[in-house]
Amino acid sequence: MPDNFPSAPVQPSPTQHTAAPLLAVRNLCVSFPSGGRMIPIVENVSFTLAERDILGLVGESGSGKSVTAMALMGLIDSPGVQITGSALFRGQELVGLPQKQLRRLRGRQIAMIFQDPMTAFTPVYTIGWQIDEQIRAHERLSRKQARARTVDLLAEMGVPDPARTADRYPHQLSGGLRQRAMIAMALSCNPALLIADEPTTALDVTVQAQILDLIRGLRTAYGSSVLLITHDMGVVAETCDTTLVLYSGRVAETGPTQALFAQPGHPYTAALLASIPPLDGPRPERLPAIAGAPPVPLERPAGCAFSPRCHYVHEACLPAPPPPLVPVGPHQSAACVLSTEGTPLPPRLISACASAAASIRHQAAPTPPPSHGEVSP
Amino acid sequence: MSAFPVSSPEQGGAPLLSVRALRKTYSLPRGQTLKAVDGVSLDVLPGEVLGLVGESGCGKSTLGRCLLRLTDVSSGQITFEGQDITHLGERALRPLRQRMQMVFQDSYASLNPRRRIGDLLAEPLRVHPGPDGRKRPAAAITARLHELMDLVSLPVTALDRYPHEFSGGQRQRINIARALALSPRLVVADEPVSALDVSVQAQIVNLFADLQAQLGLTYVFVAHDLAVVRQISTRVAVMYLGAVVELGETDDVLHHPAHPYTAALTQAVPRPVVGASRHPPLRGDIPSPVARPSGCRFHTRCPMVQDRCRVEDPALHTVRPGHQVACHFPLAAD
Ligand SMILES: Nc1ncnc2c1ncn2[C@@H]1O[C@H](COP(=O)(O)OP(=O)(O)O)[C@@H](O)[C@H]1O
Ligand SMILES: Nc1ncnc2c1ncn2[C@@H]1O[C@H](COP(=O)(O)OP(=O)(O)O)[C@@H](O)[C@H]1O
Ligand code: SF4
Ligand code: SF4
Ligand SMILES: [Mg+2]
Ligand SMILES: [Mg+2]
Repeated sequence: MPDNFPSAPVQPSPTQHTAAPLLAVRNLCVSFPSGGRMIPIVENVSFTLAERDILGLVGESGSGKSVTAMALMGLIDSPGVQITGSALFRGQELVGLPQKQLRRLRGRQIAMIFQDPMTAFTPVYTIGWQIDEQIRAHERLSRKQARARTVDLLAEMGVPDPARTADRYPHQLSGGLRQRAMIAMALSCNPALLIADEPTTALDVTVQAQILDLIRGLRTAYGSSVLLITHDMGVVAETCDTTLVLYSGRVAETGPTQALFAQPGHPYTAALLASIPPLDGPRPERLPAIAGAPPVPLERPAGCAFSPRCHYVHEACLPAPPPPLVPVGPHQSAACVLSTEGTPLPPRLISACASAAASIRHQAAPTPPPSHGEVSP
Repeated sequence: MSAFPVSSPEQGGAPLLSVRALRKTYSLPRGQTLKAVDGVSLDVLPGEVLGLVGESGCGKSTLGRCLLRLTDVSSGQITFEGQDITHLGERALRPLRQRMQMVFQDSYASLNPRRRIGDLLAEPLRVHPGPDGRKRPAAAITARLHELMDLVSLPVTALDRYPHEFSGGQRQRINIARALALSPRLVVADEPVSALDVSVQAQIVNLFADLQAQLGLTYVFVAHDLAVVRQISTRVAVMYLGAVVELGETDDVLHHPAHPYTAALTQAVPRPVVGASRHPPLRGDIPSPVARPSGCRFHTRCPMVQDRCRVEDPALHTVRPGHQVACHFPLAAD
């Protein structure tokens, strides 16, 4: 496995003050056996998550977000899976940690929530009973004390009528309430790290807005850090301090969310942002679409994974190993040869945003961004 | 909601499709009824793209299926090309089916995995007679298949391949080609890009727009993604709990909403821009359509609710030219 992580490590975002990161992941690789060989699914993923920080892991479906999270949690049990690299959680190595110790960490210090809360709850018990049990597994509390805590937690998560809601079964709750109940359960042991895998993807936007509000508040209310996994660039922009863009199992770009959205350093980030139809400002005649589709892991190019779809592709992009992450701005790096070659991307042209504050970030690009060719995938 | 007629007199010209006071109820166990579509009246004008937005369960798909009479309606009236099709049987609908087609979200499930693309696309051409009223000759079918591939920018070689050999975006192109095979006038597309990767969505949205311009199609474009709907639509209808609560020109509705729900919905969409102003989220969940609130169906979550709203159901009425809203206290234009 080539070590393509840059000499300059990923810096913590400017919002962070603490010295030691909560979680430091270096060159995490996950491969699955298939057809007699190992297929690299996640390659050399590195990032740092500071205390009370929210890090967004963003990428399209199949880019390796969930595999990354499951590997960190020690939750991949596929036969023959190979996980290498390092993930230090408060200085403790998670990669290769025995299941028993991982389980203890998972209950107490690291919690995970998913897109579908039904995976976290059993249908046959009330949600209150299940949260009580979770609390009692880690603390010596009477059933009554545990229930009091459960009801408090549900109330803090904005669940209306929490005492009565605790007595209901998962299927009796709406999607938004189930998601709140799952977050309550995850927070019941006051974890330092919450890994949230697409927690709002199944929700409607008005309910999503409520849950994102809740997640943003966790650092102050619980002192938790959050690893937020999503495919939605809007969710990242509104929620995360730091952003890591995955493309086909590799880190395309990482940096402070503000900088990364204002001036993406990787053509994929830039093209992805450009292809999202704007809700505000003028309506473009056509969307600058990205041609083609992300490669399946088996057909991932040896060089830059984005090269078959990249507007700027040239010879230097094609040979293995894939381009390393190089700094493209303060605390920001991109796995692309352009900035090393002295031809970095122009700043993002944000269409005149009716949504007010965005206008302060409005930047004019010296050259118009290229219109991407529209070839069928 | 009982306001009709609500056609858009400003627009002039006969609508391609009209529905009046349309209702679709489902009977649930224990004698409950679910009003999936609860009194919708609207017109689809020739050549326009009518976007249908709203959160899950508000009745978009049910309305879409009713429009094409893919399901029976409980009451109300549907008129297509001036003909009342509300109660037409399958046999009478058959010739009309050529002119109104549907594209679904899940491009994989809607393609039979064991049949080649060419076969799948040829099927409607074999079943329905040609423009001269006679069975289409094989050569005409082949020529049409090639045309269709060209329309959706797929290589002709795709015709010999199977659905699993294509990416999600390509499969959606195939679905579009199938819907277009019989040269329909009206296409109802139900969440046609929702299952696609972000980087592929834009291609398909552009394709819909290109085809509409090129073939003079009329769309009803159903999606929960407001930004996608905005990109493609001429007008937008916002649904909440089975009813259209706001209807008008796309940017009129999305940028100057008159209904508090539309305002909350547009504000809730996360923008891919750092520092976009954030609004306090709407409280509560969408009520169950089985027990819809009295009076205004939005009153349990509305930040502007007043006493009148709890008892009196606001009718959809015109607030500005071409802009209708179902609210007793519509928001001002700015
Ligand atoms: N247990 C597994 N065995 C083999 N391949 C897997 C396994 N889990 C996931 N994958 C593959 O890994 C890739 C990344 O998957 P995933 O992390 O779930 O993507 P994301 O969460 O970004 O949508 C996909 O191509 C998926 O098919
Ligand atoms: N076949 C059915 N039987 C019973 N209820 C249904 C059926 N189809 C849809 N519904 C209900 O009708 C309502 C509207 O559904 P739908 O039209 O699918 O909404 P949308 O497409 O806006 O998400 C929902 O409450 C849904 O559960
Ligand atoms: S390395 Fe080359 S192909 Fe890859 S993103 Fe940069 S310019 Fe494009
Ligand atoms: S009628 Fe009343 S409750 Fe309904 S949307 Fe208008 S102000 Fe809100
Ligand atoms: Mg996933
Ligand atoms: Mg639907």
